[in-house]
Amino acid sequence: MKPIYLDNNATTRVDPAVVEAMLPFFTEHFGNASSIHAFGSEVGKALKKARSQVQALLGAEHDSEIIFTSCGTESDSTAILSALKAQPDRNTVITTNVEHPAILTLCDWLEKEGYIVHKLKVDKKGRIDLDEYKSLLHDRVAIVSAMWANNETGTIFPVVEMAEMAAAKGIMFHTDAVQAVGKIPIDLKNTKIDMLSLSGHKLHAPKGIGVLYLRRGCRFRPLLRGGHQERGRRAGTENSASIVALGMACELAQQKMDVENTEVRRLRDKLEKGILSQVTHAFVTGDPSNRLPNTANIAFEYIEGEAILLLLNKVGIACSSGSACTSGSLEPSHVMRAMGIPYTAAHGTIRFSLSVYNTEEEIDRVIEAVPPIVAQLRKLSPYWTDKGPAANPEAAFAPTYA
Amino acid sequence: MWEYSDKVREHFFNPRNSGPLEEANGIGDVGSIQCGDALRLMLKVEPETEIIQDAHFQTFGCGSAIASSSALTEMIKGMTLDQALEVSNQNIADYLDGLPPEKMHCSVMGREALQAAIANYRGEEWSDDHEEGALICKCFAIDAVMIEDVVKANNLNTVEEVTFYTKAGGGCAACHEGIEEILAKVMAERAGPGEVSPPPACPATPEAPKPPTKKLSIVEKIAKIQEVLESVRPMLQRDHGDVELADVQGKKIYVHLKGACSGCMMEAATLGGIQQKMIEVLGELVQVLPSSHMPVEA
Repeated sequence: MKPIYLDNNATTRVDPAVVEAMLPFFTEHFGNASSIHAFGSEVGKALKKARSQVQALLGAEHDSEIIFTSCGTESDSTAILSALKAQPDRNTVITTNVEHPAILTLCDWLEKEGYIVHKLKVDKKGRIDLDEYKSLLHDRVAIVSAMWANNETGTIFPVVEMAEMAAAKGIMFHTDAVQAVGKIPIDLKNTKIDMLSLSGHKLHAPKGIGVLYLRRGCRFRPLLRGGHQERGRRAGTENSASIVALGMACELAQQKMDVENTEVRRLRDKLEKGILSQVTHAFVTGDPSNRLPNTANIAFEYIEGEAILLLLNKVGIACSSGSACTSGSLEPSHVMRAMGIPYTAAHGTIRFSLSVYNTEEEIDRVIEAVPPIVAQLRKLSPYWTDKGPAANPEAAFAPTYA
Repeated sequence: MWEYSDKVREHFFNPRNSGPLEEANGIGDVGSIQCGDALRLMLKVEPETEIIQDAHFQTFGCGSAIASSSALTEMIKGMTLDQALEVSNQNIADYLDGLPPEKMHCSVMGREALQAAIANYRGEEWSDDHEEGALICKCFAIDAVMIEDVVKANNLNTVEEVTFYTKAGGGCAACHEGIEEILAKVMAERAGPGEVSPPPACPATPEAPKPPTKKLSIVEKIAKIQEVLESVRPMLQRDHGDVELADVQGKKIYVHLKGACSGCMMEAATLGGIQQKMIEVLGELVQVLPSSHMPVEA
């Protein structure tokens, strides 16, 4: 049976039209865009087109606001380090405690280097408190960095409003939008967002290409210095094939934005209802009323995520989990912990993330496959009896922890 | 995803002896804080002979936790309790043709459940004797708590010393930043407020030894050498290795590395660490060499 891919928040398949667009740039148009001769100028024109395609998807005012980078992580690091370097009198970063490690690990390191980092807490549904946020905005804050949409739950932060609040206090605002771009409409020229990160491979472009949007006039210090590429803001020979691919992917994403928000959303909702109507002691995490159309994150209580993934994989279904065992770290997902999801549920969270390539038949197959797998693992669980969870699960099974 | 052996996969997909055991007379409930996994092991022990007649498990955990539980029940059935207590976590991992380093704690959890279940049968109180922390060295599966304890207990100052005492950092070296952070933290605590000094980035060169007040006789010297070797043996034995004095020729001390130490990729680090201790104790520069380097008698 053909495998079913429901892990599109991890990475996506490169669209065949995107592959076709990029291929000539390996062999035929292999020139360096900086060169004077014809080989170079062809590439230069293609980069210009790609830049305008990205500009259109983001709703940026100028195409020079688009800086091509190697990935979302590079864009994130560039944004935050630039803000600190360009404003030496400001030593504080405000972020949230559900960010991607590309932000959180960087912030942890900045703290060790002596900077002050405020991580906004989230409530049970993964929402931040705007009053708390407002109270933290002061003139020592160099930058606020908040993700547009959460990679695990799909929950959307009010970044447009947050950027306005920051701008009112003269504070730069960055958003890690790698999960949001291409899935929900974005119109940067009508916001106060100063910087935005995106990653090509999340929207059907290849891995190894990203973008930092940098509002015109925003003070900036490059991460990489060297050649004059990207107007000296990101040195290094342009990854022309991937830039062309990303341009194409942005154009396609714009065309499919409606499908994403109607058909993909319908399939996601069907999947969620289909599973929850058959499986007890399972619930959706995050904020179901305000999230990406493609993401469903379901916590299956009293079982562990990696075991679920292994059994799903056996029947050809690919998704991901917030369990500790799949991350190789000590704790289950920091996002689930931040929302106060109990351990016995946080370990059993499964993220289904769809794309426009998923079909109704696939969703039907997944709805059929999940309940028996959950039942099979619950039979092995010390928290579970024949009839359901043990009468008082935490008391019925209270192991000595080592 | 993890690289699980075929045997791990097989035990995960077809777990043996899962579910409650009605006639159980020894039950062990333990969990690993490392990843939140938990395991209930149920034993049916024949009181006359103390033979484990049946063993079942229930596990809340990942693939390797379920496979380790399943393997454990298969291994201990038919054993006496005393035999079962000899089963180590390494035995469980070996039975499964190995576990990824990040997953070794699953086998530790199995061994602990076994100890807990036997204690429960015997009416004893079982308490855990170790604490697990974040995994630092993935090559040798050494966690932060272990490194911190060893650094504190032995007053270690460099990554090189940590490698000698724990093996952590002796493989791919990717964890050296993590080890340096632990060293910095412990050294800051040791120094007290106000005199924090970062750990040296490069291994410190040993200070020139002070001249001994009086020259040691050869007998005294060998006694001291033996003393140093005795002090490191428990550490090596923990990893199924050992060391023994072979000969002393002037400034050269030859040792036999035995068991898991012979041919180990960490041999140089082990000898380097022993040498460091020898220099400190003897107060003179000496060289510690494997016995294979001994000059052949003419």
